[in-house]
Amino acid sequence: MITFVKRPQPSKFWTIATPVLAVILTMILGGLLFAAMGKDPVVAIRTIFWDPLFNDQFAAYSRPQLLVKAAPLILIAIGLSLGFKAGIWNIGAEGQYIIGALTGASVGLALYPLDAWWIFPLMVIAGALGGFLWAMIPAILKTRFNTNEILVSLMLVYVAEQILASAALGFLRNPEGNGFPGSRNLSQIPAMSNPELISGTGAHWGVVAAFAAVVAAYVLINKHMLGFQIRLTGESPRAARFAGVKDRLLVVFCLGTAGALAGLAGLFEVTGPAGQISIDFGAGYGFTAIIVAFLGRLHPVGILLAGLLLALTFIGGELAQFMLGLPSAAIQVFQGMLLMILLAMDILVNYRVMIVNKEAA
Amino acid sequence: MTELLKVVGLTREYPGVRANDDVSFSIGTGEVHALLGENGAGKSTLVKMIYGLEKPDAGFMKLRGGSYTPANPQAARAAGVAMVFQHFSLFEALNVAENVALGMENPPKMRELAASIRQVSENYGLPLDPDRIVGDLSAGERQRVEIIRCLLQDPKLLIMDEPTSVLTPQEVEILFKTLRKLQSEGTSILYISHKLEEIRALCDEATILRLGKVVGECDPKTTTARDMAEMMVGQTLHVPSRESSEAGEMLLEVKDLDFAPANPFGTRLKNVSLKLRAGEILGIGGVAGNGQDELLSVLSGEARTDKGAITFDGQDVSALGPNARRRIGLLTAPEERLGHAAAPNMSLTENAALTATIRKKLSKNNFLNWKKTESFAREVIKAFDVRTPGPASAARSLSGGNLQKFVIGREVLQDPKVFVVNQPTWGVDASAAADIRQALLDLAAGGAGVIVISQDLDELMEISDHFAALNEGTLTAPRKAKGLTVDEIGLMMGGAHDLEAAQ
Repeated sequence: MITFVKRPQPSKFWTIATPVLAVILTMILGGLLFAAMGKDPVVAIRTIFWDPLFNDQFAAYSRPQLLVKAAPLILIAIGLSLGFKAGIWNIGAEGQYIIGALTGASVGLALYPLDAWWIFPLMVIAGALGGFLWAMIPAILKTRFNTNEILVSLMLVYVAEQILASAALGFLRNPEGNGFPGSRNLSQIPAMSNPELISGTGAHWGVVAAFAAVVAAYVLINKHMLGFQIRLTGESPRAARFAGVKDRLLVVFCLGTAGALAGLAGLFEVTGPAGQISIDFGAGYGFTAIIVAFLGRLHPVGILLAGLLLALTFIGGELAQFMLGLPSAAIQVFQGMLLMILLAMDILVNYRVMIVNKEAA
Repeated sequence: MTELLKVVGLTREYPGVRANDDVSFSIGTGEVHALLGENGAGKSTLVKMIYGLEKPDAGFMKLRGGSYTPANPQAARAAGVAMVFQHFSLFEALNVAENVALGMENPPKMRELAASIRQVSENYGLPLDPDRIVGDLSAGERQRVEIIRCLLQDPKLLIMDEPTSVLTPQEVEILFKTLRKLQSEGTSILYISHKLEEIRALCDEATILRLGKVVGECDPKTTTARDMAEMMVGQTLHVPSRESSEAGEMLLEVKDLDFAPANPFGTRLKNVSLKLRAGEILGIGGVAGNGQDELLSVLSGEARTDKGAITFDGQDVSALGPNARRRIGLLTAPEERLGHAAAPNMSLTENAALTATIRKKLSKNNFLNWKKTESFAREVIKAFDVRTPGPASAARSLSGGNLQKFVIGREVLQDPKVFVVNQPTWGVDASAAADIRQALLDLAAGGAGVIVISQDLDELMEISDHFAALNEGTLTAPRKAKGLTVDEIGLMMGGAHDLEAAQ
């Protein structure tokens, strides 16, 4: 019989080893899934994990895509991780991402066709502010009326999607677009575009912001009083109150930071890779970032790696759809498996597995 | 006396520690057997094995001559072994009978169960109404629910873990009467306690554990409490001595404080007033759940009160939060160590930062200086003899007594002007408790004011200058501790309430 024995302290080794083990296990189980679908599992796994980076034929296109896809995931996940560490569950980053893109794009387009250096920075600020304000709705409702931030933030995603649709069809629609939905292409307006900074890498301002966020979050969590209070609140809310943590302010800070970062991610996306406000602008980054945050164990560096890994499965998954004819649902199952397995393996961090012979006892 | 339970060579190892090492003893039928030992001596592990919660790595047990290997508590109960835990496992929103039914494998109909609860409670002199909601019961009454739950199974051996830690002297008397009646009917009792006088009054035999090993057996009726304590700790006890000091300047004044806690099962504080001078120790007695947690929370600043209710050093502090109060020298240590005074999964260094950043200047521009924090944690560990591998250990890895020493040490070394502590030695072994009391006495001798909220009356009598009792959220007027009799104290703790009801 297998039993679990609680460790006196969380294991440092397994904190690092479980994500690696989870990825390997996901590859094995995913391989079985693909085999059951009649595909060669080795080829499928190779197509997802190896080819995007090293295949001569595809790497030139897909390698820059890695940073393009990873940057918004990392930026959003860093924001979310602060709240998750404190036990504040912002599930609505997707909505904050959309609203950030909308407010940023609106500010830019309102100034069109003005060409000035300060327009893009202004849009960045407007994007962050938009995400921040959208996140303030669940924050204020929670601190004022004790509502559940999970429900409120999640439902606001659907509200944001409706606003997005109305913007794409209405007030932001390109007047010169022959009636097609969607705004002007911001990435083609010099004053508003978020270009690739170094050719062939995919690195745009969002990538820079993501790396900066990783460093800032690392310092905040490990060195700053506020980061300590965030961890303390997550560990033990009563001890945090005893330590003088103002729990309402913390809710506002965590939701607000996550909202601002998600808003930034949206702004960088709409001015760069996506290029314009369109009905299907929300690509699910805000939800996938939740997986990234947990896959990275809510640790800034872990999130950086997890963001890259998940971006890889996105690109590899697309490649596998295209090359092997795998359905996109199978790729989503594969990504879901990764999170499930990781969470299940979590038990190894706090428990030791012991094999007990029942008769001997 | 025939032998009921025989334990031979029981050994149980946990990673890094041998909790029980070749433990042997036996309990006769109708015997009250005491199990004595410091925290971490292995008492809990031993009774957990007897109750089927843990399995021994080596050794065996015999019950009435037959082999006894309980796979789980259900099997132990079926064999006639019952246990009353130190921490109650009751649902506050359910009534007594429902709580009892939840602990039974095949509960009878509610009406029959209520009738048998009434019958058992009358037989054993444990007054308890099966229809009352547990949330409304006192700690003593809750314990009766647990005891009656056990008695309904007609046990041959009843294990009691620190049963009197939550009782008033009068309630202790009732409990002892019940236990003696059970004994006269042939039930054996395994009695775990730190309170040596109780063991001397009640028990026939005592087995003393130290560091997982049996270090002695004695007849508690003929052995002095001091001798037993010294066997337990393996060294001569350090007895605190109170040097009476002149009353100093007024430090803390609470005036007509009314406070309704947010928790619906909390106790409302009613018209509480107290005064504390420099160099004074005010002992506040009373059974837990009578407003102790609430009193601590209003003094610590976790809960705010009406303007003017709390004055510290001439300043109205009612509106200040915990850190603002720390800054001016009002420090506190709550009862619950894990999850309130300390964060279980965080290291001792991080737990040092929990309250000490302001007075110890452990941060600069809101950036924590972890090096300085770690050396402060080391200082606490060293000064208070906290047994731990080092400041990087998680708080939850420490035994209760050691963590308590850390928590008290963390505050005392911050040089408070007023220190309020709730249950400083609850569940702490004799030698650690003596150290903690001495630290409180030293603090007062150095000119600080100290409020000790405790259920342990011996402790309060030993260190307090003045004594007051909390009862249902009302604080009695403080009286000089010297010369108070146990009856007077009992009246302050429980009787005051009856007087109020009679008016």
